[in-house]
Amino acid sequence: MTAIERREVALVDLLDRLLAGGVVITGDITLRIADVDLVRIDLNALISSVNTQVPSPFGELL
Amino acid sequence: MTGLRYVYAVCRPFGTPLQAQLTGVAGDPPRLLHHHGLVAVVSHVPERDFAEGPLHRHLEDLDWLTATARAHQGVIDALTVVTTPLPLRMATVFRDDSGVRVMMEEREEAFRRTLDRLQGRVEWGVKVYAETESKDKETPAEKPASGRDYLRQRRMKVRSNEDLWQQAETFANRLHETLSTYAEDSRLHAPQNAALSGASGQNVLNAAYLVSRTESEEFVELVDRTKGEVPGMRVELTGPWAAYSFSGDPASGDPVSGDPTQKEDR
Repeated sequence: MTAIERREVALVDLLDRLLAGGVVITGDITLRIADVDLVRIDLNALISSVNTQVPSPFGELL
Repeated sequence: MTGLRYVYAVCRPFGTPLQAQLTGVAGDPPRLLHHHGLVAVVSHVPERDFAEGPLHRHLEDLDWLTATARAHQGVIDALTVVTTPLPLRMATVFRDDSGVRVMMEEREEAFRRTLDRLQGRVEWGVKVYAETESKDKETPAEKPASGRDYLRQRRMKVRSNEDLWQQAETFANRLHETLSTYAEDSRLHAPQNAALSGASGQNVLNAAYLVSRTESEEFVELVDRTKGEVPGMRVELTGPWAAYSFSGDPASGDPVSGDPTQKEDR
């Protein structure tokens, strides 16, 4: 195979695979898929909370 | 020494030793647990961090999640150099070695089937971005004088973006079709949120392709040729990855990767 230069893998690309890919096994302690989904939702909530700090274009009119 | 068992992957036995300085999750070097002709790659992890409660809390901590994901990936990467690993979902934890062995026995057939299917294959990630934002930056909107003015500006922006969307969709569909024909299998991931990825432009395609190692060079060239083909479209290639997105075993009714079917009510 060609030697392809590997930059550091972006976290999002990694999480796409680690949290949505891989064999799902209900181990004795493993989190359920639904639990892992929560992680994604929480990350999204984190982003929207950051975004709400950007002022709305109507801000000056109010 | 007690502790829980964090399982990264299941493989067939391989002769080449893993790189010596490899540290896994929680700083514990990965160990090989042979059972029934298969190998589970395992780290010993502390209960205070990896029991269900703490693990759940940690997974919502972006720094912890990042460190753990990178450590997990480091081990999978090292395995990919010496064999074709079947990666498990991140944070698959068992109480002890015998728990891991029981799991391997229960899943033996499916593991073998999937390992056969993936043997000698890697995953490539291909993303397409439509460069909408850079355009917006070139023409900074005048400050709206009123709500009505704001809506008018917004409508104009939406209209000019609609053409680009159409173009982006056509381009992404065509690329996905071409690559799917070439690859043995493909999966579509959800488009990435720009706030998380920090990438410019709007992610319109986020796909994974299963390609044999021997054909990977051609696949990469195929993707490279599409770069710069259509102005405003950016194509990004990642990989080679272990076949994370293709690890489901249809025959045993495993949920297809990226398809959370076991959602429960809360």
